[in-house]
Amino acid sequence: MGFLDISHVSKAYGSVQVLHEVDISVEEGEFIVLVGPSGCGKSTLMNMIAGLEPITTGDISIRGRLMNGVHPSKRNIAMVFQSYALYPNMTVAQNMTFGLEMHGVPKAERDRLLADVARLLQIDHLLERKPGHLSGGQRQRVAMGRALVRNPDVFLFDEPLSNLDAKLRVDMRTEIKKLHQKLGTTIVYVTHDQIEALTLSTRIAVMNKGYIQQLGTPKEIYDTPANLFVATFMGSPAMNILPATIKVRDGVAFAEIADAQGRLQSLQFSQKNLASWDGKEILLGIRPEAITDIDGADRKSQNIQRFSNVVTVIEPAGSDTFVTMTVSGRDVVARMRADASVAARDRFEFAVNMDKAVVFDPKTEARIPG
Amino acid sequence: MSVASQDTAVKTGSIAKVFIYLILVLFALFYLLPLYVMLTNSLKPLSEITGGDMMSLPKAWTIEAWLSAWSTAQVGVSPTGLRPYFINSILMVVPAVAISTVLGALNGYILTKWRFRGDTLLFGLMLFACFIPFQIVLIPMARILGILGIAGSTQGLVLVHVVYGIGFSTLYFRNYYASFPTELVRAAMIDGAGFFRIFWRIMLPVSGPIAVVTIIWQFTNIWNDFLFGASFAGLSAMPMTVALNNLVNSSTGVREYNVHFAGAIMAALPTLLVYIVAGRFFVRGLMAGSVKG
Ligand SMILES: Nc1ncnc2c1ncn2[C@@H]1O[C@H](COP(=O)(O)OP(=O)(O)OP(=O)(O)O)[C@@H](O)[C@H]1O
Ligand SMILES: [Mg+2]
Repeated sequence: MGFLDISHVSKAYGSVQVLHEVDISVEEGEFIVLVGPSGCGKSTLMNMIAGLEPITTGDISIRGRLMNGVHPSKRNIAMVFQSYALYPNMTVAQNMTFGLEMHGVPKAERDRLLADVARLLQIDHLLERKPGHLSGGQRQRVAMGRALVRNPDVFLFDEPLSNLDAKLRVDMRTEIKKLHQKLGTTIVYVTHDQIEALTLSTRIAVMNKGYIQQLGTPKEIYDTPANLFVATFMGSPAMNILPATIKVRDGVAFAEIADAQGRLQSLQFSQKNLASWDGKEILLGIRPEAITDIDGADRKSQNIQRFSNVVTVIEPAGSDTFVTMTVSGRDVVARMRADASVAARDRFEFAVNMDKAVVFDPKTEARIPG
Repeated sequence: MSVASQDTAVKTGSIAKVFIYLILVLFALFYLLPLYVMLTNSLKPLSEITGGDMMSLPKAWTIEAWLSAWSTAQVGVSPTGLRPYFINSILMVVPAVAISTVLGALNGYILTKWRFRGDTLLFGLMLFACFIPFQIVLIPMARILGILGIAGSTQGLVLVHVVYGIGFSTLYFRNYYASFPTELVRAAMIDGAGFFRIFWRIMLPVSGPIAVVTIIWQFTNIWNDFLFGASFAGLSAMPMTVALNNLVNSSTGVREYNVHFAGAIMAALPTLLVYIVAGRFFVRGLMAGSVKG
């Protein structure tokens, strides 16, 4: 039993099922990120945790207390909304202490808590302003401040950064992470930005169409995605997925793929359990950074395979250079050091780190575990 | 706003401009003409009106007619002037406007932020109140007022106007609140505010523009109403509009046109005042609603 338990939770609007049997158990102090494409049910799940939407079936409990039907204000949670939802007629100070006032906290105590949080978030100088006179980043801080003064059991963030510009978003991301490390409060955070998910979370729940696709640490999600959806949704640029035939020679499995000219080449798998797939088609998943020039290959890898192919396009991007080629009829992206000497339309010798390759069953789209 | 409209206005030549202003001034004069006639003639002795022409300024200025209209003129059977009826109208219009505006705000709040099954249908039905002709409800309403025991009284008139006004005030507030972010209400719920607290502390403070629109609308309609006043008010509760009619129709020999003019201006003054005081907000409120909604 965890700190925040979501068990067998489903949600239906009339006959439309928007969440299916969601199970997440969150430990105290965890930073859980719910990530998925638009409309997958993230906000719905969040609102059910907050008590803003009734639960159709299943249970949600916080600190072992069943929350079904409990009023939002009695759950000891605080929420930061995408639009910040600051009360326009109140000053920053009034915004932040409104919840305390409603809970009957005496004025002196409110002022003390307000001062503490304002100092923590560096918004002391804004306390007498109205939200209309704040910048986006400042509003964001006030919204977090309003959540912080309540000292809740669980923080809920619904896409808190999506209204900010790119630079501010990165800054606030770091800020939120720092805040979590400092306070250690349990956080549930919704985003559709996979980078935010990977950088912030202790665990990620990847959602699609109302189902939890995978729940795991950022490393698990990134290195061993449960299925094709998770593999392609998480990571940027996306994981390369290419059809390949498995050939087993002397008990060792190889992936047979075709280069741009249709010539077949084999890559030896690190994964040992593929003998039964001999002669069958699979989908091979390789992240762009696992395909490099030979000097740039990962030194810790046990299994670097060589692969020669014609380069289609080169895109220098500062620290990295992205190299596009055609493999088995699909575009494949390789991520190289900036100083790798590649030229478009030349044949080039690539190094493929097969330790990082993953294999998907083309019928079920699930990963074949190694 | 004025800056924007100047920038976007089509550039016109100066001759065209003179022409346009000329036309506008002519129209303005045309519309002001009745007011001019009423004002000048209310300040003349009766002999000047009957003997001379209506358009000239008074030769002998006097406020005799105003004093008479206010306190001594014959209204119906009694020589009371319009004063008691003016007070009746105030006693009717203030509570009726206040109650219908508050109820409209509450309805708008519920219909947008506390949605329930069939709320759209209910709202649609309430809108009917805006389209039902007054005449249809006269007899049923008289019966209801009779049953409630408030027939002929000011309370009865207040009830009638509130019932008729709720349709409009609900429409105004619902459309205004529809563009008010629901996340704010949710945030307040998590903060622990209840139904009325959210209304009072979060919604009402930002409702200024639409409240002004509603108040002006209700005030004008209720103050100017004649039919309900004539049908439901007894002698003691008779509103200004009905009294004015009686004043004009009371024939005790000569028709005192100057007194009639003064009385008519008196009857129009409160609505004029409301427009002048709140008119700027009225336009602003209408704009806000139309742009956002
Ligand atoms: N009141 C409602 N009635 C019917 N369907 C609804 C209602 N609210 C949400 N839905 C549906 O539920 C699904 C999940 O919605 P939700 O808002 O949780 O998505 P989301 O994952 O938060 O998406 P986004 O990233 O766009 O915010 C959507 O398909 C949506 O159309
Ligand atoms: Mg959402």
